[in-house]
Amino acid sequence: MSDFQTALELRDAIAAQHCSSTQAVQQMLNRIEQVDPTVGAYLSIFADRAIQDAKRIDQKIAAGQPVGPLAGVPVAVKDNLCTTFGTTTCGSKMLEHFVAPYNAHVIERLQAADAIIIGKTNLDEFAMGSSTENSALRKTVNPWDSSRVAGGSSGGSAAAVAAGLCAASLGSDTGGSIRQPASFCGVTGLKPTYGRVSRYGLITYGSSLDQIGPLTRDTADAALLMNIIAGHDSRDSTSASESIAVKPDYLADLKQPINGLRIAVVPTLNAGAEASVQNAIEEALKVYQSLGAERIEITMPHFDYAIAAYYVIATAEASSNLARFDGVHYGYRSPNAGNYIEVYSKSRDEGFGPEVKRRIMLGTFALSSGYYDAYYVKALKVRNLIRQDFVKAFEKADCLMLPVSPTTAFKIGEKTDDPLQMYLADIYTIAVNLAGLPGLSVPCGFDAKNLPIGLQIITNAFTEDKLLRIGQMYQSVTDWHKRNLPL
Amino acid sequence: MSLNYNIIVGLEIHVQLATRTKMFCGCELEFGQPPNTRVCPVCLGMPGALPVMNKAAVEAAILTGLALNCTISRFTKWDRKSYYYPDLPKNYQISQYDLPLAENGYIEIPLEDGTSKKIRIRRAHLEEDAGKNTHTLGNFSAVDLNRAGTPLLEIVTEPDLNSPSEVRQLAQELQRIVRYLGVSEADMQKGHMRFEPNVNLHITQDGQVFKTPITEVKNLNSFRALERSIACEVNRQLDEFLATGKTLQIGNKSTYGWDDVNQMTVLQREKEEAHDYRYFPDPDLVPVAVSDEWLSRIASRLGELPLAMQQRFVRDYGLSDYDAQVLTAEKSTAVFFDAAVRCGAQPKRICNLLTQTGLKLANEKQTTVDALGISPGRLAALANMVEAGQISATSATVIFETMTQTDEDPAQIAEQKNLLQKNDAGEIEALIEQVIWENQKAVSDAKSNPKKAKKAMGFLMGQVIQKSKGQANPKIVAELLNRKLMA
Amino acid sequence: MNHQIDRQLVERAALLSRLELSESEIAQFSTQLSAIVEYIEKINTLHTEHVEPLAHCLPVHNVLRADEPRGSLSNAEALANAPDTIDGYFKVPKILDDNSGA
Repeated sequence: MSDFQTALELRDAIAAQHCSSTQAVQQMLNRIEQVDPTVGAYLSIFADRAIQDAKRIDQKIAAGQPVGPLAGVPVAVKDNLCTTFGTTTCGSKMLEHFVAPYNAHVIERLQAADAIIIGKTNLDEFAMGSSTENSALRKTVNPWDSSRVAGGSSGGSAAAVAAGLCAASLGSDTGGSIRQPASFCGVTGLKPTYGRVSRYGLITYGSSLDQIGPLTRDTADAALLMNIIAGHDSRDSTSASESIAVKPDYLADLKQPINGLRIAVVPTLNAGAEASVQNAIEEALKVYQSLGAERIEITMPHFDYAIAAYYVIATAEASSNLARFDGVHYGYRSPNAGNYIEVYSKSRDEGFGPEVKRRIMLGTFALSSGYYDAYYVKALKVRNLIRQDFVKAFEKADCLMLPVSPTTAFKIGEKTDDPLQMYLADIYTIAVNLAGLPGLSVPCGFDAKNLPIGLQIITNAFTEDKLLRIGQMYQSVTDWHKRNLPL
Repeated sequence: MSLNYNIIVGLEIHVQLATRTKMFCGCELEFGQPPNTRVCPVCLGMPGALPVMNKAAVEAAILTGLALNCTISRFTKWDRKSYYYPDLPKNYQISQYDLPLAENGYIEIPLEDGTSKKIRIRRAHLEEDAGKNTHTLGNFSAVDLNRAGTPLLEIVTEPDLNSPSEVRQLAQELQRIVRYLGVSEADMQKGHMRFEPNVNLHITQDGQVFKTPITEVKNLNSFRALERSIACEVNRQLDEFLATGKTLQIGNKSTYGWDDVNQMTVLQREKEEAHDYRYFPDPDLVPVAVSDEWLSRIASRLGELPLAMQQRFVRDYGLSDYDAQVLTAEKSTAVFFDAAVRCGAQPKRICNLLTQTGLKLANEKQTTVDALGISPGRLAALANMVEAGQISATSATVIFETMTQTDEDPAQIAEQKNLLQKNDAGEIEALIEQVIWENQKAVSDAKSNPKKAKKAMGFLMGQVIQKSKGQANPKIVAELLNRKLMA
Repeated sequence: MNHQIDRQLVERAALLSRLELSESEIAQFSTQLSAIVEYIEKINTLHTEHVEPLAHCLPVHNVLRADEPRGSLSNAEALANAPDTIDGYFKVPKILDDNSGA
């Protein structure tokens, strides 16, 4: 099997008319038809629409008209991003037939960049989960080993990139949902700073934690996607304006290595990962040291409390955000509802899967009278302590490096019976969301089972340009991200 | 047995702010539109849609807070109040919980005896309105969300009101204030202002004080209903106390609805439900900080408030309290009146012209007196002509009407229409001579028949004025006629 | 704090979140949520007297929009996803109680 092209390579090939967008899209659709029944990355495919869009782009290019920075390139988006075409399901029975009346901000940006949105990818229901097993609509497997999970919740977006079913994709990350599946599937995943990408049209899970970001073949593609999706949007009150943070050109200085890079590591934290992961991280650190980087060992005293704080804050917000799914105005309504109260209680019981209900219950409990201060307010204070840990870390170092996940992709069904064990595996990713920072996952090796391992790099808020450059330094001297599937 | 009681009433008031668009989205606020046509993804609570605060609503709320002598919070935020109801599409209402925009103020209300009373305001906060459920005769309810997301100012008074008429006075004064400020149309019938009184009695019986259970009264859509409902509740609570001896306890607050047809309060809910609204800060919105500069800019729009103006008109212009109240009922009238007086005319004359003619004309044309096309200067000129006896009061009305149609000054109109009064004694004396000559019988009655003197005098006056074609100044006619007959 | 999530607490949370749980769900959630809350309890071992709650990482305030119309959906668009409608309204089984909060 031939190497998969990066989005940048494909864009340039299309722009130079070495191949047409129509051809590229058609090839992608063929591959999806061939491979996706096994992988299960997509919830919907827009074949006709994609071909039409591709033809339009080809005509524009042939006519010498200016085109956008992703012209003709087939991309996929997570199915919690609202689109007026097709359904927006969130992987839930609740929204199985929901057609959004508007496009998400990032969808508008992709369209303005002349990208071809080829389909929408599977996810854990309402982005709640770390394996995509919580999707009520489809099973997604890890393209490297179909008996294993793709990670989650953006499992479909990660698997689609890994299996060559799109050139790049968008996911969302509330507690690791871009970085962890990127790590499990051997692709590059970036969770931007909170506020860097507009959440308008992203179906909310945890409002103060959610961010949309790219899953790509390499850091250059991530930079390209960030150039398209990042920036202020007046429809999202939490979107950072230019006065907060100027949006740079993420591709401009990408290939410039950072001299005297100071890398913080937390040895006690890394020790919690399985041996193969620890080794791969150590090897990656050596690569950076060989590039002149300095390694600084630090402690993060409150990191250990992140999961506990996260599962209070995220579920509290979710319990409120998901109250709107009630069978009255849109979405699933139970045929068994006799009165209007039952329209709520039966529709919600039947429309939501167990993990969503569990989190709604937990969040409702955390906000309810008598528990609010002990859990919700306390968790917000812990969140502040965690952020302060990062502030101190970035006084000493340019970035923090640690694993993405303590393990490589686990077996399907392995953890479904024990939700707490599933939550505890989010240890390395969650603190980043609580602190609102950018985090990057880059492939850094394989374990003995030939499963990909991810290195996580974290930098200060609104320094994705620097973060991507750090990632690029690594990818310019390693080829883990270019390994192809054993299929 | 001795028994007396005090009426204790506190009000919860919702004032709909007259912004152009809704609180968190760009849907236009228009009363009486077809159902669900002033809605968008945000106010429909569509998944992924996000709220953005309307600046005009914040400013209107602050302005009202200032007018109610409140302390304006320099830092405030938005909280979610969770409950399920079909007219509430997100199943939470965006409101303000622990940091209301305004606190600790008072409203000064005019009392019927001409004095005034200060009623303390506990707090005023901004929140979004719900939609409307229509309860049909069939087995279903119909939901219209046009109203959902309308900005409301919730004002809570301390229980400082002690009679039905005080409650009405407060309601009317508040209406006058918000209309002066231009922040609300404040039409009770249209639901722009909704009052929910909390009523109970402090009964002193044989030297012991008993407090009756508090009742909240709903469905009040006129000032009259508001006043009567309090009177009804007073009687009902007194009867209930005498029959049962029931007193105030935690949790025994009940809700009564106003039955406008039968003019009585009807029990709606026996006990207050133990609500758990799970308030928490809305993570989709950011806090509001009110700077000195912003606050003073808003305060500059405050202007003179109606009661202050009313009191000034009595004090400085010597008007009766009644006249001052009529003039200050609407800001446009009051300001116009004030301007005319400042142009140099006798206040009572201006007042008479405005209340007797101006308001009638404005009402006929469904406009305000300042929009009749007459400048304050010309109105003052007209008043001065009456004052100087140049025209009669009747002619002033005719001239006033004509002034609304032409661009001529009152003197010109009076001349054209031959309405100038004859003040020339010689000319009038000649007419009197003629009338005396023609009416000898009446003259002798006036001179020597005490029974008929008054009537005869009036007849002779009328004859003179008729001969002058209505132009003789009645004052001068009476004076000269008297002198002639006495001679 | 007692972190046992007993049946009563589960039922209360279910009522507040309008979830009509089955018997087996109530039992399962009771066990699972107890374990999760027991784990979460660890945050209460931290001293946070002088720590401000951090609801938001973004240091912004006063995000306000001008009071300008931005257009609305048509009635058909607004109701396109509705499970049941009548004459341009959303239709629900008859609401018998007045439980409006505003």
